[in-house]
Amino acid sequence: MATIAEKILEGETGEIVEREVDYIMVNDITGVPAFEVLDELGEEPKREKIVVVQDHYVPNKDIASAEQAKALRNYARRYRIPHYYEIGRGGICHQVMIEEGFVAPGRLIIGADSHTCSYGAFGAFSTGVGSTEAGAAMATGRLWFKVPATQKFVVNGDLRKYVMGKDIILHIIGDIGVSGSLYMAQEYYGSTIDNLSLTDRITMANMAVEAGAKAGIVPPDETVFSFLRNRVRGNYKPVYADEDAEYEAIFEYDAAEIVPTVAKPFSPANIAPASELDNVLIDQAYLGSCTNGRIEDLRVAAALLNGKKVNPDVRMIVVPASERVLKQALDEGLVRIFVDAGAFICGATCGACLGGYMGVLAKGERCISTTNRNFVGRMGHKDSEVYLANPAVVAASAITGRITDPSDLD
Amino acid sequence: MRVWKFGDDIDTDQIIPAEYLTTGDAAELARHAFAKLRPEFSREVKKGDVIVAGANFGCGSSREHAPRALMGAGISCVIAKSFARIFFRNAINIGLRVIEADARNIEEGDEVEIDFERGVIRDLTRGEEYSFKPLPEFMQKLLDSGGLIAYIKNAKSDSGR
Repeated sequence: MATIAEKILEGETGEIVEREVDYIMVNDITGVPAFEVLDELGEEPKREKIVVVQDHYVPNKDIASAEQAKALRNYARRYRIPHYYEIGRGGICHQVMIEEGFVAPGRLIIGADSHTCSYGAFGAFSTGVGSTEAGAAMATGRLWFKVPATQKFVVNGDLRKYVMGKDIILHIIGDIGVSGSLYMAQEYYGSTIDNLSLTDRITMANMAVEAGAKAGIVPPDETVFSFLRNRVRGNYKPVYADEDAEYEAIFEYDAAEIVPTVAKPFSPANIAPASELDNVLIDQAYLGSCTNGRIEDLRVAAALLNGKKVNPDVRMIVVPASERVLKQALDEGLVRIFVDAGAFICGATCGACLGGYMGVLAKGERCISTTNRNFVGRMGHKDSEVYLANPAVVAASAITGRITDPSDLD
Repeated sequence: MRVWKFGDDIDTDQIIPAEYLTTGDAAELARHAFAKLRPEFSREVKKGDVIVAGANFGCGSSREHAPRALMGAGISCVIAKSFARIFFRNAINIGLRVIEADARNIEEGDEVEIDFERGVIRDLTRGEEYSFKPLPEFMQKLLDSGGLIAYIKNAKSDSGR
């Protein structure tokens, strides 16, 4: 009868409901305008529900961003927000939300960042909102939602070597287009998804928004439950769709047909097999972001780079998604591999993903990137180009200096 | 009201590029609206102008800075074949009028007038009309209140708190 979205939002498709949210997350770009709304409403905030993460323009890129980060810090102090994450102790907001146990199945979480849909990998209904509504929810603990229709995506079979969650979601977006899930939720099923690592599921849910989706949800299983043990805050209750839930559409894919995939400029739906783009020279290779900056992603890239060098004509930038990921990468010797290969590595930040800083592209430059968007000027100059790919493709391309299917290096 | 015409999939990085997100001030943001896509926009836009766009307007980031920049620039309404959902919510929550309509023949520079009561867009330059469905009642109430903040304040005073 009901989809996961309908169950968590407790309403029927199309209905507008007002619901209590479990958590409200804001970052250094969206947080200050949200707290200004809270000020204006003059309410005591629902402190326990609020998570504040400095991640987009920190360490401060210039004086204006320093002022903005300071304003956010001051708000967090003034309102005594307990869940505040400063640089060096947090990371990219979505990774922080996941690692710190705020995310769990069945929860309703909003964040003033479009990639808040990442938590669907845990069976939560989580979605990006604006600053005004984040501020309003800080005051009231509640927000209005239109219950979305849901599309079902079924992927069956074994993935080929070097094919990751990134390739599955790029394949889906390439198939349905950047507005293919507009106003809708996605649910993912099938043996491929059942066998997929949590990190690959997060990558998929993360990019649901690139098809216009409100949420991308994987029904939670033991992979999720075991990650949450000794980590999750409070109790949670997994929610599953009914057998006879009504879907707007059902899409089926054969995992064996999905290859290492690249989204060419200037749309995440503009996909091509990496193997067909080997004439595309690159200037920069970027490994990081909320999409693909987790330890598993770093391991995949490090395995390819171990004992090799980044091509002399390429700058490689490695940005772990959180400080915990960085520590783990240090412990596992991955940082050493990246540094020995000639890559630049730094602490967690959103950085160049949104063209903020630390890797902005000059006119005419090309970057192969594990990030999520490749719009005009996304990473810098309007005449620069971003090609989206998985961490293996990015590492292989960094070595050769051109877009490369990693199996060519085997 | 003069029309600024845009195509499909206009993303928030086009509406307000990320490098200008160090302020939430609408007037300041307006100075950089469409900085990469149409650098003349911020200089030439006039109060009351209308944006007419294709499908999926406002896709990409959740930055409320995008509708704020348009409001700051004096845009009175955005008409698009469809909107990305966060942009749509943000616009309504801050009181920027949005209309979902496929006004395909309206061109750059056309003069239009909009009758919100009857749901009609009139292209005065071409003598054509487009009808649109009103927003759901709840969203219309939000817009009529002037946005979410005013709506919550009204609700508070109504309940006698």
